[in-house]
Amino acid sequence: MLQPINVSLESLNLITLAPMLLAIAGGLIILVLDLINNKLHKSLYVMLTMLILVVDLGAVLGLNVNERGFFDVMLIDGISIISQLMIIVGSIIFTPLALTSKRFHEYSYPEFFALFLFMVAGFQFMVTSDNLILIFVGIETASLALYTLIALHNRANSYEAAVKYFTMGALAAGFYAMGSAVIYGLTGSIELYKVAEVMATRLNEAGLMIAILGASVLLMTAFAFKLSLFPFHTWAPDVYEGASAPLAGYMSVVPKIAAFVVSVRIFGMYIDLGIEWVRDIILVLSVLTMTLANIMALVQEDVKRMLAYSSISHAGFIMAALALDTTEGTTAIFLYYALFMFTNLGAFSMLWISRHKQRRFNQRFDHPYEKFAGFIHIMPVGAVIMGLFMLSLAGVPPFSVFWGKIYVMQAAVNSGFIWLALVMGANSAISAYYYLKLIVYMFLKEPVQDVDTVYYNLSKPLMAVIGMATVATIGAIFYVQPLISYLHYMISASGY
Amino acid sequence: MDNILSVLVFFPAIAGLLGFVVDKESARAYGITVAAMEFLLSLWLWFSFDASNAGMQFVEMIPLIPDFGVSYYVGVDGISLFIIIMATLMTLIGMMSMSITTNIKNMIVTLLFLEMTMVGVFVALDAIIFYLFWELSLVPMLYIIGAWGGPLRVYASIKFFLYTFTGSLVMLVGMLFVAFIYHNLTGVWSFAITDWYALVLPVSYQLWLFAAFFIGFAIKVPMFPFHTWLPYAHGQAPTIGSVILAAVLLKMGTYGFVRFSLPMFPDASVLMITPIATISIIMIIYTAMVAYAQKDMKQVIAYSSVSHMGIIMLGIFAMNAEGIGGSVFQMLSHGIVSGALFMLVGVIYDRRHTKLMSEFGGLASVMPKYAVIFGIMLMASVGLPLTIGFVGEFLVLLGFYNVSPIMTLLAGTSIIIGAIYMLAVYKKSFFGPVTNEANKTLKDLNAKETWSLIPLVLIVVWLGIYPKPVLEPIDNSVKAMLAFMDEKAITPEAKEMIKVAKSTKEVK
Repeated sequence: MLQPINVSLESLNLITLAPMLLAIAGGLIILVLDLINNKLHKSLYVMLTMLILVVDLGAVLGLNVNERGFFDVMLIDGISIISQLMIIVGSIIFTPLALTSKRFHEYSYPEFFALFLFMVAGFQFMVTSDNLILIFVGIETASLALYTLIALHNRANSYEAAVKYFTMGALAAGFYAMGSAVIYGLTGSIELYKVAEVMATRLNEAGLMIAILGASVLLMTAFAFKLSLFPFHTWAPDVYEGASAPLAGYMSVVPKIAAFVVSVRIFGMYIDLGIEWVRDIILVLSVLTMTLANIMALVQEDVKRMLAYSSISHAGFIMAALALDTTEGTTAIFLYYALFMFTNLGAFSMLWISRHKQRRFNQRFDHPYEKFAGFIHIMPVGAVIMGLFMLSLAGVPPFSVFWGKIYVMQAAVNSGFIWLALVMGANSAISAYYYLKLIVYMFLKEPVQDVDTVYYNLSKPLMAVIGMATVATIGAIFYVQPLISYLHYMISASGY
Repeated sequence: MDNILSVLVFFPAIAGLLGFVVDKESARAYGITVAAMEFLLSLWLWFSFDASNAGMQFVEMIPLIPDFGVSYYVGVDGISLFIIIMATLMTLIGMMSMSITTNIKNMIVTLLFLEMTMVGVFVALDAIIFYLFWELSLVPMLYIIGAWGGPLRVYASIKFFLYTFTGSLVMLVGMLFVAFIYHNLTGVWSFAITDWYALVLPVSYQLWLFAAFFIGFAIKVPMFPFHTWLPYAHGQAPTIGSVILAAVLLKMGTYGFVRFSLPMFPDASVLMITPIATISIIMIIYTAMVAYAQKDMKQVIAYSSVSHMGIIMLGIFAMNAEGIGGSVFQMLSHGIVSGALFMLVGVIYDRRHTKLMSEFGGLASVMPKYAVIFGIMLMASVGLPLTIGFVGEFLVLLGFYNVSPIMTLLAGTSIIIGAIYMLAVYKKSFFGPVTNEANKTLKDLNAKETWSLIPLVLIVVWLGIYPKPVLEPIDNSVKAMLAFMDEKAITPEAKEMIKVAKSTKEVK
């Protein structure tokens, strides 16, 4: 006879689910509001979304480190908390970018904000679990919402971007499912900590290595798609180009943080088990990614595509920290993204304010370099701010990304990978060229004459976001210390 | 004022920020006033400086990122003191003589930020802070060359930026590795240079690290064969850009050798004497010959700059008090003399919009004041006794004589070749009849130009006759550094080298 399943509510530890549930409930509230009155202005939805995210942030801050819940599939450890915080902060910065002075199609639908909140919930599920199935559910929730958000931009190349991203994403999901299936077949478990235990006892078995190799290669492929690593990066520039500028900036940071957390869990496990070639594959991928993306970025004619390649290159940079598998390396990943987030979102917001409804400068591109020619004469403050973002991305001290870069390089040196630090240095030097190219256009060229305004789309909320990003970029030196010590504490508390 | 160094670093930066508000018409007066205040502050630093103390003075330390060992750590000793004063002086004089009128406000603000980074590099005692100012100094210079330069300005400015940036990233990896070793040995993270001095490294490590730092510094100096960015940068830069570049920015490289490479890697430095001396001598002779072949006055001075930087490098690697002290002195003298020469070329360029020597001739009869000042600076550049150029060059050659008489002889030819190309410039442009009609109506120096050049002439003569007030603090700090290097050196050759140098000094 079947035993009735007795589960006490206490043991479920439902509080671990609270942050995601808040985001989902918030999305539903927005939908309900729209049902009741469909004449509400987008500013209401923007503010509601931000409020919900703030509550979400509070819920995450209230979590205790190293707890499990909900049949032990939820895992609240240090990296899950810090990554959730970063995801929510990134989302809070992103939301007000909807309040442009010109009306853009997607923001007039409240569904945009509902989907956005569902996506945030999906990312949160992704990072708060070591259960391969729940991770999969998180990935899919987030990705499906994201595809729709891209397509809502309602232009031919947005559809192209959405479909391209969807196809590639589906392929990656397939690889992920197959990789997980192989792991399940090998170990009989889908919980990573059990997988690690079983694998550790069976590592010396002959013939097992092939299966482990297979599983890791399949999973690696899936995450290489998500993180846009070479040679699976080709979708990224087109998708970024098709998506609206803020969403492109968002995609270059937040989904990648989530994917990095999962990668740290999965590939960190492999490296901990002493399977060295996983480390080697990651190193090769990361070096190729940062170098080739940099070289591709050199020849771009559109600033947005250049920034797309630059964020691929930055992802490669951080991927190298993953291969180190030290506490410092893992800290470096989060520190880098925390610092990169402000600068990169700021840079994409600068593109957003200069976005015209029609392409006035070039038939093919929205943001060709020529558009920014003589920016210093048209809008001096904007040019200086954009210049600061570019210098920061290039790794010029004392701006934010520099501190991320030296922390990654120091972590590499500490683990004995001096060649890696040198490769990173060389790549920073290459990347300086294309960032400088924009600076040269902005500061050293004459403005194109028949331009009315470049700052077409500017509004107070956008100015506030850009101003905040600027302060965060310039003043990094003052908050790097608390950031490092917090990240380091949380990461070492969860044993990475 | 114990925190005068912070004031010196941040005063121009704050002034630069406030400068955005100042009206365009008044920007120039604002810039000159601020630069003059900064110069007076740096003079105050000199007067409150204790010349008998060879160590770091006015030290300030504020931890910024303690978990990572980065702190705001500044201080000044005899070696850096005068370079700082020279930097503030040249900024002031450069601004006074500046003839640029377009976008003057942007130029003033940029120069003030540049001044912050220049002072910052020379006072920094924390490697990361040093690196920070070092990299940051590229940005204003990029803008100055790129916005006010000649026809190839964008190419020249990007070449300048990328060259230096690439080199310094290699240096950064070196710094991170030193910090890593320091952490391994002591368990503490620190980027403080004074902490790093205490590290005694095995020779193989020293050689690698020396190489990493060498790439960063050598590109900046610029040493042969990394010098190719310099003629472009000088050729395209506006006068003020060339003045600052030659007078101060190049000194960052040689200063880096004295501050980092020598005391941190004494054994590697001794091992590298011959290769570096060889490169320096190639630099000295080859670029002097190239200078002779130039048709453009400014290019002659640009190449002569590289040649003189070779002398400075040679002196640093003499590993004795005369050589290094002479080098530091030569940094000052080269800064003042080459800065003045670039300003003088700028004067004639403003009038005729050409720098080709073939366009001129007989200027001495049209512009007598100009010819006199040009003549004095030219003699100083060649190293005529009783001018500032002689003191440094003599000390360097004297110092290096202990190392290798033959190489010293080769390096000494620089004075002869220098005299040849400089006098050729003078002969072609200033003597003979006025052949070109356009030159007959040229006006002599106006008040602005005269009064910015006269202080430099006075310094050239004063320090040429009586260099003691400057040489003494330099000498004290250099000797302290050598004594320290001697103690720290592990290989017998290095001990020998540094000791021999010390004993010859004592005999005298």
